[in-house]
Amino acid sequence: MHALEKILAAHAGVDKVCAGEIVNCDIDVAGINDLYPQAMYSFREINGKKVAHPERVVIFLDHYAPASTIRQAENQKQFREFAREQGIEGLMEVGQGVCHQILADKGYSAPGRLMVVTDSHTPTHGAFGAFSTGVGATDISCILKTGKLWFRVPEIIRINLEGELPPGVFAKDAILHVIGKLGADYAIYRGVEFAGSLIKKLSIAERMTLCNMTTEMGAKAAYIQPDSITEAFLQAKNISGYTIYETDPDFIAGAEHTFDVSELSPQIAAPSSVDHVSDLHEYAGIPVDQAFLGTCTGGRIDDIALAARILKGRKISPSTRMIVVPASKNTLQKAIEKGYMQDLIEAGCTFVTPGCAACLGTHQGLIAEGESCITSSSRNFPGRMGHKKGEIYLASPAAVAASALTGVITDPAPYLE
Amino acid sequence: MMERFIEGKMHVFGDNIDTDQIYPGQYLDVTDHEEMARYCLKGASAEFEEAFIKGDMVVAGKNFGCGSSRENAAIALKVRGVGCVVAKSFGRIFYRNAINLGLLLIVCPKIDEIAQMGASLRIDMDQHTAMNLETGNSAEIEPVSDYAMKILNAGGIKSLLRDEEMDPTV
Repeated sequence: MHALEKILAAHAGVDKVCAGEIVNCDIDVAGINDLYPQAMYSFREINGKKVAHPERVVIFLDHYAPASTIRQAENQKQFREFAREQGIEGLMEVGQGVCHQILADKGYSAPGRLMVVTDSHTPTHGAFGAFSTGVGATDISCILKTGKLWFRVPEIIRINLEGELPPGVFAKDAILHVIGKLGADYAIYRGVEFAGSLIKKLSIAERMTLCNMTTEMGAKAAYIQPDSITEAFLQAKNISGYTIYETDPDFIAGAEHTFDVSELSPQIAAPSSVDHVSDLHEYAGIPVDQAFLGTCTGGRIDDIALAARILKGRKISPSTRMIVVPASKNTLQKAIEKGYMQDLIEAGCTFVTPGCAACLGTHQGLIAEGESCITSSSRNFPGRMGHKKGEIYLASPAAVAASALTGVITDPAPYLE
Repeated sequence: MMERFIEGKMHVFGDNIDTDQIYPGQYLDVTDHEEMARYCLKGASAEFEEAFIKGDMVVAGKNFGCGSSRENAAIALKVRGVGCVVAKSFGRIFYRNAINLGLLLIVCPKIDEIAQMGASLRIDMDQHTAMNLETGNSAEIEPVSDYAMKILNAGGIKSLLRDEEMDPTV
């Protein structure tokens, strides 16, 4: 069996599962985002009275942080009341950040856990060797009532990333390249494991970016075998009580792809599809009205550090604006401590509250008709960050910062020397 | 119970119609289902709202419903009265959400060969075919899994979950 299958088997209380089988599993972590009061409504509709394991439930007020309409405020208010009424202590208030970064910061993300959140980017926690997947509001209501959820055991595909990333090229470029080659629907219903020599060198933050973006190829879950880097990260946070599963040596993946990243140049996903990927050079020089650095894909401290390295002592172009959204409160505090916030503000950037911000087109940095935005986030669908005729380019955090500096799409490598 | 034949007029869309297009982010704070239905597919087509009649079908290419987990997308289609969605493939969270709500989704890998805006499509659940009633051309559909069919036959997962001792996989 694959490690992902072993996690499902352990949580279903069986010895063995195989791809395609439907299993009912105990859930370790169930997360609900403020976008979905429907989760509470569905819970009531199915005669839910008392949440099965309130200690396993985490509520995130992250997509509307802070509320920008009265309706958003009402929805958040209902969540606070629900948390109180149900004894859910894991209520992550406005300002704590994006659900996935909070889960990592606060030690919910750990090997062998089965994690479900009402957010599509939940495969992120595969970076820790967890089985983690996104679901809708009604699925979560099932977990609230019973503590369990059904899963179809996914087929596993393995992606080997070999070699070392050249200067100016990052995990985000690698995953954009992979999605560009395989397609936005390549991994629908499937689990994606990352392996190969590159993975062993990547930090937890970079691994999270890789796993996070598997959502954009349709994946159900992602996986990276925990190693000394994972254990060092968990130890530093004093996290214990997890199980590391290993894939059996005779396991055969449903498909296997190998990419050598040694010669990779910075990548970009042009409007309006995540698999519309090419070398960034092909779009170099296109003016950008907005540069956006943030989200569960590209708003971690490493990403902000990179932007600060590029922008420190310089000024962003007067023809553009740059919005920085730390992925979590923890990230924001580090950005202050390290002086990155100061550097970025002096360069002309502005900061908004940790959370999802403009990524999903609701507030805090929307774009107008005909405007373009280069972003470290994950999606460039039509209308995703504002007007349907706005143009969204996905790139690495470094490319976002370099483009803000020049006002046009720019390769970051020369600014990192 | 699901009928053997399902018929409806086709509204045809392309590949990768994501849930932002099905249900734009700016309406995510809406909680009333009837209001949600008004924004159905608003990000994908300006004409849909006017042209759609209850019972019509949404027909699309690959990866329909990819992207965000928002159940609002499936709710909007269901409450708007979409008879079923036929596509080459579906995003997985959308698939779960739709089945959970009792909205029939049909996977038809060659739907593009028979799709035609405004023509009627007939799904035959027993013969596993989709037929364009104007041209008579048909394409094979994938059978709906037993588990999904159990949920659909119950009118959605909520009626299965209402029972106190439930394990929907049994």
